Amino acid sequence: MKPIVQAYNLGKQYQIGRREAAYDTLRESIVQLVRAPWQRLKVGNGRRSHETIWALRNATFEVEPGEVVGIIGRNGAGKSTLLKVLSRITDPTTGRAELYGRVASLLEVGTGFHPELTGRENIYLNGAILGMKRGEIESKFDQIVEFSELEQFLDTPVKRYSSGMYMRLAFAVASHLEPEILVVDEVLAVGDAQFQKKCLGRMSAVATEGRTVLFVSHNMVAVQSLCSRALWLNQGEIIEDGPAGDVVSNYLSHGLPIDTSREEVWDDIETAPGNDSVRLHRIQVRPESGTPSEPLTTKTPFVVEIEYWNLRPEADLHITLHIYTDQEVIAFTTGSRSGEGEYTGRPMPVGLFRSICHIPGDLLNVGRHRFRVLVIKDMVTWLYKHESEVTFDILDREEREISSYGREPGVVKPTLNWSTEQIGTL
Amino acid sequence: MGNSGIDTHESLTSQTQPTSERKQVRATAPTLHLPEKPLVIIQPNNDWGGIDLRDLWAFRDLLYFLTWRDVKVRYKQTALGILWAILQPLLTMLVFTLFFGRLAGVPSDNIPYPLFAYAGLLAWTFFSNAITSSGNSLVGSAHLITKVYFPRIIIPSASVAAGLVDLAIAFVILVLLMVYYRVMVTWQIVMLPVVVLLTTLLALGMGMWLSGLNVKYRDVRFALPFLIQLWMFVSPVIYPTSFLPEKVRWFLLLNPMTGIIEGYRSSLFGLPFNWTALTVSAVLTLTLLFYAAYSFRRMEKSFADIV
Repeated sequence: MKPIVQAYNLGKQYQIGRREAAYDTLRESIVQLVRAPWQRLKVGNGRRSHETIWALRNATFEVEPGEVVGIIGRNGAGKSTLLKVLSRITDPTTGRAELYGRVASLLEVGTGFHPELTGRENIYLNGAILGMKRGEIESKFDQIVEFSELEQFLDTPVKRYSSGMYMRLAFAVASHLEPEILVVDEVLAVGDAQFQKKCLGRMSAVATEGRTVLFVSHNMVAVQSLCSRALWLNQGEIIEDGPAGDVVSNYLSHGLPIDTSREEVWDDIETAPGNDSVRLHRIQVRPESGTPSEPLTTKTPFVVEIEYWNLRPEADLHITLHIYTDQEVIAFTTGSRSGEGEYTGRPMPVGLFRSICHIPGDLLNVGRHRFRVLVIKDMVTWLYKHESEVTFDILDREEREISSYGREPGVVKPTLNWSTEQIGTL
Repeated sequence: MGNSGIDTHESLTSQTQPTSERKQVRATAPTLHLPEKPLVIIQPNNDWGGIDLRDLWAFRDLLYFLTWRDVKVRYKQTALGILWAILQPLLTMLVFTLFFGRLAGVPSDNIPYPLFAYAGLLAWTFFSNAITSSGNSLVGSAHLITKVYFPRIIIPSASVAAGLVDLAIAFVILVLLMVYYRVMVTWQIVMLPVVVLLTTLLALGMGMWLSGLNVKYRDVRFALPFLIQLWMFVSPVIYPTSFLPEKVRWFLLLNPMTGIIEGYRSSLFGLPFNWTALTVSAVLTLTLLFYAAYSFRRMEKSFADIV
């Protein structure tokens, strides 16, 4: 079939390193001109060309009509640049793309909303900005209002809206766009969970109507469930293009930002955290099996290893962990007195010891976690408390109904055993 | 939680169309008719090329809504509201009448000075407000430019168009003044729309050029009020061209506003037209407009990157 989007060798170069002077001043230009007129002539408009960066490079791909393509990659990988080029907000530096349909872009919800105008007025204004015709807005007006659930606030200026109401109205307008090609940036990252679900439902409805969608997201579950195909961008280049499931799992295993540190090590017993009785040597988090740097998902069993020097003979020590969620709530507490091992509940000689805590899958909820390490003596006195720098992300990788994605409320997310039976008839 | 999500999803699809119908759409969708030629071609900026009129036409509703927004928002939270559109030229006229008409005795081509000054100020207020607001319009719309595509020229155009609404309101006072001074309208009034159009095009040309320049050189914002003030004194707003010595009159012709402001007075008060001045104005206006469109088009592509 003929593709609806054909992109060849798209590239976008930006000038960088001029953050503090984002725009020229006449004086600067005049000074430049007086000082080095030949230099300006020589390099033309491309002066300061050494301070450039290719935000997007050699992007070549085709999209079939009706395809929903996820675009994934780290921050700064060029995802937004690609969307901006495809939605004609900015020109590419190289290459060419042909679009065989009307394009609408949704890089932000509520673009052009004016705070002084009422909800009703903003529906028209925003609709027009997104490329709708007046008649089109009029005919969809009631649907938009119904979707937003803001009937009674229609004549209130939007500056009096709560941020949730604002988002609802904005998305209601945006979701009634009917272009052949829809370009969407991380717009689902806003709003409350209930509303996100509604938006996602609407997105999938759009997808099933045969609309072509290009969708940037950091939410891998959303990408997997909404998209048939995914492009993985890294440093401006497409490094993988294929079925969404494959690309997402490759991305998750190789493309993760190293922004969490899975290990803390102190080699010098003199300076390691601790005191006269005990000093820490190493703290590490790793999956139960596989390589230590592999991502942790809600399904992955993983271990926390604590290595420490015991400096007093015949000490009855044990380790207690407080696992914190990113909300700084203790998800649970666990101690090394449970379980079995040579020194579980037995006095230790002087030396280096390692305690390992096995944390099963299906326990922690999605999100970033950290922990506190306590070294306890004789079951009651704590010898030393260490707030560990080690953090780890629990990712959501379950394949589920698209209408429920993302983080569920709750400190933990255990999979529990349920059973349902019929116990009577009417 | 998961369950409630499914509920929402289902109520949602049924809201748009029945599920069975939707499935049908899905089945037929892949045979979607694609046009032979691409609707949009994205490629690096080719420097030459005028404004894409077809594209502009497709977005005409946006021009309407942005104009309407500008008008609507301009006088929000002001006690006097749209009255400001009248007060500005009216009060200026009163002050000028006192100082230039009475005290300095500036001649006014046998028209009562207040009327003479008001007609000039009407045109001038429209022109200066239009270029000020359109000159700053692109920078003020950075949030739109970086987030959504539409022909950028719509932004300065909407600012100029919003000024037209004020002009229309200010005209009401002019009519009242003309009734008061018993000045009769002649057939020459048919030229009024032409003169208004010329003012609009000149303001559009200036506004377009300045707004584009302003994105790159924020100096424009500071230079503009100053420029407008100077410009007013070399335009026959508060004095007639005949007030100046013959030798320097030709110099005033270089200012496109000369022919335009005189054109307002001629068409309104039945004074003889200065066709030379009007033709020069028209030529200068159109030249400026084409240059502005060309330079705007050249600058347009980098707006999103530098605004």
